[in-house]
Amino acid sequence: MALEPCVELPVKITADIPVLKERGQREVFCGLTGIVWLHRKMQDAFFLVVGSRTCAHLIQSAAGVMIFAEPRFGTAILGERDLAGLADANEELDRVVDQLLERRPDIGTLFLVGSCPSEVIKLDLAKAAERMNQRFFPKVRILNYSGSGIETTFTQGEDACLGSMVPVLPRSQDEPSLMVVGSLADVVEDQFQRLFDKMGIGPVYFFPPRRAANLPPIGKGTKLLLAQPFLSETVRSLIARGATLLPSPYPFGIEGTTSWLKTAADAWNIADDQFEQAIAPSVSRGKIALERYRQALTGRKAFLFPDSQLEIPLARFLSRECGMELVEVGTPYIDRLLMDSEINLLPAGTALSEGQDVEKQLDRCREARPDITVCGLGLANPLEAEGMATKWSIELVFSPIHGYDQAADLAELFARPLERRRRLTV
Amino acid sequence: MELTLWTYEGPPHVGAMRIATSMEGVHYVLHAPQGDTYADLLFTMIERRDRRPPVTYTTFQARDLGGDTAEMVKTSVRDAYERFKPQVMLVGESCTAELIQDQPGSLAKGMGIPIPIVSLELPAYSKKENWGASETLYHLVRTLLLPIVPAPNTPRPKRDSHIRPKANIIGPTALGFRCRDDIREVIKLLGEIGVDVNVVAPMGATPADLMRIPDADFNICLYPEIALTTCTWLTRNFAQPVVKTVPIGVGATRDFIAEIGRVADIDVSQALERSQSDTLGNWDAARVSSAAEANASRLPWYSRSVDSTYLTGKRVFIFGDATHALAAARIATEELGFTLVGIGTYSREFAREVREVAKKHGLEAVISDDYLAVEAKVAEAAPELVLGTQMERHIAKRLGIPCAVISAPIHVQDVPARYSPQMGWEGANVIFDGWVHPLMMGLEEHLIGMFREDFEFAEGHMSHLHTAPSQENRRETLTTESVGEAIALASTGAANQAVLTTVEVTQDLQGITWSADGEAELKKIPFFVRGKIKRNTEKFASDRGITSITVETLYEAKAAIGK
Repeated sequence: MALEPCVELPVKITADIPVLKERGQREVFCGLTGIVWLHRKMQDAFFLVVGSRTCAHLIQSAAGVMIFAEPRFGTAILGERDLAGLADANEELDRVVDQLLERRPDIGTLFLVGSCPSEVIKLDLAKAAERMNQRFFPKVRILNYSGSGIETTFTQGEDACLGSMVPVLPRSQDEPSLMVVGSLADVVEDQFQRLFDKMGIGPVYFFPPRRAANLPPIGKGTKLLLAQPFLSETVRSLIARGATLLPSPYPFGIEGTTSWLKTAADAWNIADDQFEQAIAPSVSRGKIALERYRQALTGRKAFLFPDSQLEIPLARFLSRECGMELVEVGTPYIDRLLMDSEINLLPAGTALSEGQDVEKQLDRCREARPDITVCGLGLANPLEAEGMATKWSIELVFSPIHGYDQAADLAELFARPLERRRRLTV
Repeated sequence: MELTLWTYEGPPHVGAMRIATSMEGVHYVLHAPQGDTYADLLFTMIERRDRRPPVTYTTFQARDLGGDTAEMVKTSVRDAYERFKPQVMLVGESCTAELIQDQPGSLAKGMGIPIPIVSLELPAYSKKENWGASETLYHLVRTLLLPIVPAPNTPRPKRDSHIRPKANIIGPTALGFRCRDDIREVIKLLGEIGVDVNVVAPMGATPADLMRIPDADFNICLYPEIALTTCTWLTRNFAQPVVKTVPIGVGATRDFIAEIGRVADIDVSQALERSQSDTLGNWDAARVSSAAEANASRLPWYSRSVDSTYLTGKRVFIFGDATHALAAARIATEELGFTLVGIGTYSREFAREVREVAKKHGLEAVISDDYLAVEAKVAEAAPELVLGTQMERHIAKRLGIPCAVISAPIHVQDVPARYSPQMGWEGANVIFDGWVHPLMMGLEEHLIGMFREDFEFAEGHMSHLHTAPSQENRRETLTTESVGEAIALASTGAANQAVLTTVEVTQDLQGITWSADGEAELKKIPFFVRGKIKRNTEKFASDRGITSITVETLYEAKAAIGK
């Protein structure tokens, strides 16, 4: 099948795809994990988790393989004294924050991150942040969000983090502007900026910014283009501040990127010619690069375990642009507002599942014997040992995968485990 | 509330997971919120296990808190039993579940499941990982063996002297530091002196194996943090003596063999004599390559060879779990000729032993699980080598000090594919290589001390590691004014790089200044001892009321205090 440069999108839902909703053991990360990439994205920010030793252990197990001269995250570990009475919890938190800011005078934004224990004992971190702002602002801005497992799954931590920044975004003068929402690799941001420049779309703001101090403005003229599909709360609070959402598929693959950019171009009334001209070189480059991996992937069966909410857009890319068959597409959570334009593009009859009962899902996966299984690190090696090729899903959050020039890189991430199996003889 | 940048231990339920995952036929149902399954990665990624840990999590979410979370526990217990058919089940809580108090252990016991169920009470807000592992192992062993405990004061039947003595090896677990290879090395060592291994637990053991523990003549408490509670209980109830020496280092391995000789009443003189000959240096090609000499340690000869002379008096700071820290202190001082300038542990249960060793070296032990406190102590001691955990690697990077890992917590690089025990003769070989490697090689050290303006081999450069000097080493030469500037710069948000701790800054600002010539001379001191010389000189000056340190003061201090 030849790839069309700019596809016709179905206008409305053709058939409501039935979704298997499951409950049981969920093998997913909590939202605290978002800190692992957010601390790199915003280098002037510090993430202080208020939680237990388990929370501290989670983050260091994930990020501690890197050796930090200056860690950019930490945990205020609750002790028995803190649990006994809430009265002095706020004083304790003040003391810990003083200690931290004394050590790290370069911190510009401090996020107090809620966890399961702090949520269960109802420690009011929002109020604490407000109180601390009175002491430290403007030198340090203190914000608060929850990354607890009981409320957030993996990438929802970024949603909660960005959501906490929305109220402090400066008000714009309501002139038209584009806000690209969701963490992007720096190189991808620059590529998109160049494409928007070519089309004459602007001003463009990226949210989150590279420095937490440089907050983008927001107002009635702000149009929101989502780069990541897991930003339900953030989008809703941005809309509450007057912004308009431009619903679109997500910029994965050539097709996804084209429709994503087209959504913005239409909102700016960019002529088709100018649009085509702007994207043409990138599209043709992308197609050449992608073709190699399409051949490796076409006809192969993929099974996606729930992890990041990227699963549906990725499944769409894998099936429509790489020719893969979808056995099951699992996702932790489906927000129809943000996902309908993607679901419409999935092949009819795709088995979608929301939530998880990991043992049953593993049974289904083993029975289907997919060619590649996209799953978390807790399942990847055990499945490999059973003879199944896996692609560990967290890497998809850590790699530049958006946009034309990364379309082939994205496909390569799925082709690599297959290629590796082909190469190894022992 | 305690500010923690890095934690030395996980929560106690991770310790329980380590026991369950080490064993076969044991399943652990853990009442925990969604997300706590991250702990699976410790085993599947860091240890690269090819199976999922035998752990079922309830993974409750916020919406479940309004409903019946206790029912979730029961469902999980039932499903886990049906699916995995374990021989024993552990049931416990994580920190968040502890807050909602569903009593999962007693719930499970009331469900009529036809296998032993061990209910774990692990207080997550006051105890930690090793305690959790120790407690879990103890309760597991106790639950299984309690029915066969003999009447009090029943003497052990005497072993027939024709039968080889049998020992249990207690303590090695999943995620322990080099446990996998330590066991192999210790079993080899026992074979050499004529001792058979009865049960190794928990690593690789089944509940049925635990039932055979009383068959052994004695227990080897290989990792006291995990095994001492269990060994003590076994001594009390089955009159099994315990071998407590941990065979890390050549000297400790000799003591270990000697202790087994006493406990098991066997002749170990041959093994000890052979080990003495390792010291003599008759390492000709035949001996080095001979398979018959597998039971030899090269450390004594390597350490005596003249290439190691420059190691004499290297200032070393040691931190880790108590077992590894104590062993390291002995090796560093008695077998490598280093000078101990700091020692500490995060294992509070074994603080006394560590304090004693510290006292012997005229030091005060650092007994703390506070990363920041350890960091401050390392900075103060200004060592040339840090032997610590994965966390000390962060400290060492910040301070620009060479570092080697000797203890958990570890990350993936310390679960290597190659054979790399810490215990026994081969363990000492591994240790010699591992600890000397991060130090600057002797020739390079001399040349950098002599010629300071080389364009390639600059300050702090270690060409055998392919590294450029660290930022911190360069900073070490900053004057107090420029440190102030660095902080000002950083606080305006213009710099993302590390700034020195306030601890160090205040130490620099005690009313003592360095004259330009004094400071220039200080910069000529090789970087790895410069921190110590600087502090010595400042102390020398302040003791004598000198406010401005000149070249002369520097050399007077050097003469008075020594290198």
